[in-house]
Amino acid sequence: MWTSETALMMWVGVKETLMMTVLSTIFGYLLGLPMGIALAVTDVDGIKPNAIVYKVLDVIANIVRSIPFLILLMLLMPVTKVIVGKSYGTTATIVPLTIAAAPFIGRMIESSINEVDRGVIEAAQSMGASTMMIIVRVMLVEARTSILVGVTIALGTILGYSAMAGIVGGGGLGDIAMRYGYYRYEADIMIVAVVLLVVLVQIFQTLGMRMSVKLDRRKR
Amino acid sequence: MAGMIEVHNLSKTFATKDADVEALQNINLSIQEGDIYGIIGMSGAGKSTLVRCLNFLERPTAGTVEIEGKDLSTLSEKELRAKRAEIAMIFQHFNLLMQKNVIDNICFPLLYGGVGKKDGGRRGTMSKKDARKRAQELLEIVGMTEKAEAYPAQLSGGQKQRVAIARALAANPKILLCDEATSALDPQTTQSILQLLKQINREYGITIVIITHEMSVVREICSHVAIIGGGHLVEQGKVADVFSHPKTKEAKELIVKGRGEERRTLEGHQKDLMKGKCCIRIVFSVNSSFEPVIANMVLKFGQPINILRADTKNVEGIARGEMILSLPDDVQMQKDMKAYLMERGLAVEEVDGYVD
Repeated sequence: MWTSETALMMWVGVKETLMMTVLSTIFGYLLGLPMGIALAVTDVDGIKPNAIVYKVLDVIANIVRSIPFLILLMLLMPVTKVIVGKSYGTTATIVPLTIAAAPFIGRMIESSINEVDRGVIEAAQSMGASTMMIIVRVMLVEARTSILVGVTIALGTILGYSAMAGIVGGGGLGDIAMRYGYYRYEADIMIVAVVLLVVLVQIFQTLGMRMSVKLDRRKR
Repeated sequence: MAGMIEVHNLSKTFATKDADVEALQNINLSIQEGDIYGIIGMSGAGKSTLVRCLNFLERPTAGTVEIEGKDLSTLSEKELRAKRAEIAMIFQHFNLLMQKNVIDNICFPLLYGGVGKKDGGRRGTMSKKDARKRAQELLEIVGMTEKAEAYPAQLSGGQKQRVAIARALAANPKILLCDEATSALDPQTTQSILQLLKQINREYGITIVIITHEMSVVREICSHVAIIGGGHLVEQGKVADVFSHPKTKEAKELIVKGRGEERRTLEGHQKDLMKGKCCIRIVFSVNSSFEPVIANMVLKFGQPINILRADTKNVEGIARGEMILSLPDDVQMQKDMKAYLMERGLAVEEVDGYVD
């Protein structure tokens, strides 16, 4: 039963999974990065405390994160249809994946920024740096290593979510594993798909950690 | 004459959940251009809050801070940022960007600080090239040229503080605030940093405000000193005056006993032995270091004296510092000895309760 057709299917699965994961992560950061920065900055101990903005973002983040991904996927179908034009398929899956990932990414960015030494921020303030300059030139620079670790975690998590997208015909390795393993009892194909998923996560993790260590200047 | 920094009736209250904490109450200060002004106090006295009020990192609850006659509370946020560029600051823990090398750290205030931002834009008006050139000059001033490409993690504490000083000087400030700048350094490094600050004050006429809990720092380089205790300013004046004739309890405590942790309590029987002894504190300021004052006195009177504490050093041929002596029991002898010391130009003062 291992034909070139199966191999091709696996290859397509890998490509679809990668596309969903990477694009969703990028879009997730487009939303989550500003959100995380806003959370850190408007916090009571932030550089521009604003209780209302903080609370609103805080609640949004918690609501979205507490909805199970599968449910979110269903709930967002109409939205997906508006944005992508259809509510099924690989491209369509990117919308719920992005929405699910954004608050999670926002939280990670918030915590990365909160780790930045207050003293360094205070030093920048004492030089007359504006809030924008402090965010761009101090917070994001000093939190770089931690943010990159976050990207690695985000890639892994979103890859896991993307496997569930098979339910709505999202494609990818998760879809293959479900269709063949769960519905058709073809365990060998399922195992291969799962192993490929594990390999992908492993690659992301290794590359991400290497990069964050390489870019960290705090070592002697 | 209006000073470089004028502080009037400044108070700062922090609202906490349980109660309002009054960190500073009714502080008045006048710091003249070119001064090296020490603000000293035990930890928790409010001195760090005070220095942060001078550049409005903390906004005072009441009172005003004027820099060159300009009331900081009247400035818009943009104007305040521009003003802050004139008031540089260095810190106990250096606060350098750990992910940027030395030269980029020094360029920071020039490129992203509050200088020259006439358009309210996000960058200073200086080009990256000019900023790097200026940074090189500053590295020369602080003696760190060979470390331009190093990262802060590769530097020692003293080197980090030198970089921080170079960064602080980058935007040509008029004032340099030092918040416990030598407290994390060993005595030798402290010395070299203090000498550097002195040199900066002399060569560039920058007014320096030094926050510290170490009297030795004040004695070493400050021209004036203010003593903060429990949120109040308890004493201020020229260092020589305050040091020779401290008036308040807080001042005496800081000066006579040194920093809090140096305080010693003697064992019971030692205490009894010391009780009732006449102790005096003498301050050296004009004596030649080549004149053995104490030894001469002992030889002259033929009576031993007990040195309880000594902290003196040779500064350009002049002995500076202080000693605490326990004199013989003979009252007449005590008088004569004090007279002898005063004749030699030392400030003499009786201290009771040194041994307690």
